Amino acid sequence: MTMTDSTPQSASAPSSAPVLEVDGLVMHYETEQGDVSAVENVTFTLNHGQALGLVGESGCGKTSVAMSLLRLQAENAKFLAGEIRLNGKNLLGVTEAEMRHHRWNDISMVFQGAMNAWNPVYRVGDQIQEAMDLHYDPPLSKAESWEKMGETFELVGLDPSMLERYPHEFSGGMRQRAVIAMALSCNPQIIIADEPTTALDVIVQDQILKEMKKIQADLGMSIIYISHDIAVIAEVTDTIGVMYAGKLVELGPTDEVFARPKHPYAYLLLSSTPSVTGPRRKLAPLEGEPPNLLNPPTGCRFHPRCPFMTQQCVDEEPPLTEIGQNHQVACWNWDQVPVTIGEKLP
Amino acid sequence: MTKTQDNIETEALLDPTSPEMPESLEQLIEEPLWKIRLRLLRKTASENWVIFKKSKIGLVGLVIIGVFALMAVVQPILIATDVWPGSIYDPVVGNEPNPPTSFKTIVPVGEVEDPLTQISQRDALLVAPLANLGDEIQIRLQPAPPGNGHILGTDPLGRDVMSQLMFGARAAFALGIVAAVVTVFLGTTIGSISAYFGGIIDGFFMRLADLLLMLPALALLVALSSVFIDYELWHLAVLIGVLGGFGGTAIVLKSQALTVKVKPFVDAARVAGGSNTRIIFTHIIPNVLPLSFLYMMFTVTAAIALEATLSFLGLSNIDMSWGIMLQLAQNEGYLLSGTRFWWLLFPAGAAVTLMAAAFYLVGRGMDEVVNPRLRRR
Amino acid sequence: MTEPLVQVESLRKLFPISKGMFRKATDFVHAVDDVSFAIRPGESLGLVGESGCGKTTTGRMLVKLLDATDGTIEMSHNGTRFDIAHIEKDEMKDFRGKVQMIFQDPYESMNPRRTVFDTVAEPLAVQGIGKPNEREERVAELLTRVGLTPAASFLFRYPHELSGGQRQRVAIARALVLGPSFVVADEPTSMLDVSIRISIMDLMLKLAEEFGVSYLYITHDLAVARYMCDRIAVMYLGKIVEIGNTETVLSDPKHPYTKALLSAVPVPDPSYKRPPVEIKGGINKAINPAPVCRFLQRCPIATDYCRENDHPPLEDKGDGVQVACYLVEKKSAPAPV
Repeated sequence: MTMTDSTPQSASAPSSAPVLEVDGLVMHYETEQGDVSAVENVTFTLNHGQALGLVGESGCGKTSVAMSLLRLQAENAKFLAGEIRLNGKNLLGVTEAEMRHHRWNDISMVFQGAMNAWNPVYRVGDQIQEAMDLHYDPPLSKAESWEKMGETFELVGLDPSMLERYPHEFSGGMRQRAVIAMALSCNPQIIIADEPTTALDVIVQDQILKEMKKIQADLGMSIIYISHDIAVIAEVTDTIGVMYAGKLVELGPTDEVFARPKHPYAYLLLSSTPSVTGPRRKLAPLEGEPPNLLNPPTGCRFHPRCPFMTQQCVDEEPPLTEIGQNHQVACWNWDQVPVTIGEKLP
Repeated sequence: MTKTQDNIETEALLDPTSPEMPESLEQLIEEPLWKIRLRLLRKTASENWVIFKKSKIGLVGLVIIGVFALMAVVQPILIATDVWPGSIYDPVVGNEPNPPTSFKTIVPVGEVEDPLTQISQRDALLVAPLANLGDEIQIRLQPAPPGNGHILGTDPLGRDVMSQLMFGARAAFALGIVAAVVTVFLGTTIGSISAYFGGIIDGFFMRLADLLLMLPALALLVALSSVFIDYELWHLAVLIGVLGGFGGTAIVLKSQALTVKVKPFVDAARVAGGSNTRIIFTHIIPNVLPLSFLYMMFTVTAAIALEATLSFLGLSNIDMSWGIMLQLAQNEGYLLSGTRFWWLLFPAGAAVTLMAAAFYLVGRGMDEVVNPRLRRR
Repeated sequence: MTEPLVQVESLRKLFPISKGMFRKATDFVHAVDDVSFAIRPGESLGLVGESGCGKTTTGRMLVKLLDATDGTIEMSHNGTRFDIAHIEKDEMKDFRGKVQMIFQDPYESMNPRRTVFDTVAEPLAVQGIGKPNEREERVAELLTRVGLTPAASFLFRYPHELSGGQRQRVAIARALVLGPSFVVADEPTSMLDVSIRISIMDLMLKLAEEFGVSYLYITHDLAVARYMCDRIAVMYLGKIVEIGNTETVLSDPKHPYTKALLSAVPVPDPSYKRPPVEIKGGINKAINPAPVCRFLQRCPIATDYCRENDHPPLEDKGDGVQVACYLVEKKSAPAPV
């Protein structure tokens, strides 16, 4: 296998080639009360055909990372350090016009609540076509784009005739499928799915997640899933990054992290998530509340809630260190975290 | 959509600040509740003041209102302390006994080209019955330009314009505030009751509001002046308040009350056993009130402008106000004389404009407090 | 067997579809249709189902935020009995002290202009219990018990000065201040962060024991219902399709809808392979439903018998589990097919 340059739409590229690299990203929000350290030194890579999950509570910075990847961050956000490289090109350095070209063509998005963003007075097909007209160069003819849309509709499990319908004729699940179809319409290399199924009922959620998994496998696309629901992340990703208070605290293969979480936060999160399988109640609740990022804790940001806390955790910030095959953890005491989930802690 | 999402995330990060309260529970329980509430009120007020201060336009409005308030307060003091003797400076019955004089040539009726140096034969008859055409006569200047102890000169009847202007400020405040209080009281109550009960009550009040909105306020007030003969200040204040309170303000506040009514805390109050009256007064109205205060400011603006218009049209029976000052200038024929008699037109006109604008600006400043979405982070 | 605390019998709620001011509505959404269940003292019942299945409507009828169209809700408390559906005005005050509710949205369930003390003390104020100082003491005690300590620093805070989890603790304190024996909890943790959710659930379990409270716990999340409830009732389009002991129902679901719902729940364990979900699509509203099984359209195993007969009755199918399906065989007894 040779190292081909990773041109857009090349599904045949080697799966180990990184398509997106986030390197030491630091992003703060300027507020009247001071700077909110929302994303602090986040580093990860996304390979071709990889499904990466970012999981964490609200305010942990996962949505801020997603918005940064698309350069759609809030007005009061500022990048203090780091790079976001798409096929080696730093997106933080390009002009807004160039960035508009990369959005949709290279990176597209499925947002939470996007299903409610359809304009009620236009047909769904017309709305998708409008997006395609802006991003195809040279533009497709009307017939071509409707054919392309029909294909994507079939991919997401919608009948192509639905393109002629208005949004109110779709159910919630169908609207979200149409959003996914729209995200696929420009053959992006990467899709960012921020809480794609949070507003949906479990049965519909199950169908949509399955559909997305299948599309990803068929098209060899890379997906970044962002969710607060670790059960959803467990189902659809092969790599998972756990975020806490603006930092990536654990990153590794999904199977590995779920079987043997090594960061105390990831461990406690898994221990305290109720499930319909396994023991009914587990013994390790997560105490306290997430910190205020206007004034984050010193050292490790998790130390006030951590049962393994030592003086070192208060004084020094733990770096993200490799502890196994592709498995990284930012914790001084990761080796003390129990092997089985739900064990009684000190 | 994307922006709000990030802002929500930022918001979740903000830490609650703890109010300054006694440390121990015993102290807290011993302290009477009203004292605690007073302290909370002060804290909320100072927090809101910090936000209000950030909007410069609100501060500008407040400064203008402050200047007018000072004028309104100082005028009666000056008269009472005889700094301005009442016989000369009273805004209604005062008169300057020794106005400046000037020489004017008597010209035939219709040929007066320069009223400062010429006088028509007919007018000259009143002061100098024996004078002939072409004679120069000495006459008392009324209206007189600034000077001779009159900062802004005198009006055609020899009264001090500055004193009138200051007295007019008092009238404007009284009118604006009464109208605003009436509007907001009616609008808030009717809006909240309509929203909470819905049905026939809502239908009645909303159709009434539609009716009042349909009729132009000015035309309605002109028509009503035939009933009241002439408006006194308080008539006008209450009428403007009622028109606003049953009209547009009620509709706006009702839609606000509707959004409050469906909040779960209203359900929680019902589950706690709260009566309808209790829910309206402790849960719905307090949450509508910030918007009410906003509309209060806008009502003041509208009331001042309306009073000026009605007085100008000669439909009011008010002793002295900015509108009356303008009306007098127009009655005596000085309105179209350009800037020569500026002290008769400009001070009153500017006062109406500035005062109306000032309350509007304060309203805009309050908008930032009431509407956190407008706030810049 | 002890006497049930709450006994719901044939409860129905129809919402008319408005056709304008002067025309009588002829179409109705059957939001809750012939629902019966019982809750024993100290026991919690989980009411689960997808959005629009009628679970919240049922809960709101139980606290009298909605009037039932038909049916009875009987509650017994210290020997006295109430019929909530037909309660008299003079009994209302007494009733409010015994049945309370916890709402879903912690950000909207507190009046933003009232302090924690005002919110928690509101039921006391309405009922005219105690002097202000005594109320302060009682509220402080409750705040301590829901884990808002030191109580003095929380007593006079405004909602915007609290986090979501803290607000939900205040809401729990408000629900418990009158010492009720029954609390309807409508998705109290669904809007909270995962890491806070479990501590709120643990708190509710602890308080249920301390205060002797039974919950009707409304949730869309089967995992949460399993954590919180002794018994579980699965609702579909206004009907209970399966009700029984939580562990029994979840380890061996009988109704095809329960099976689908259970297998659609994602599991936080990548090595766990869920059984396939056999039904498709979402649910609609039950507008003037035809007299057949409500689940017929989506049912993967429906037979001609189901198409020809009315909605199946809720029947005991063994293990103390009642199921509304003609095709589920009663253990050791043949189905009437």
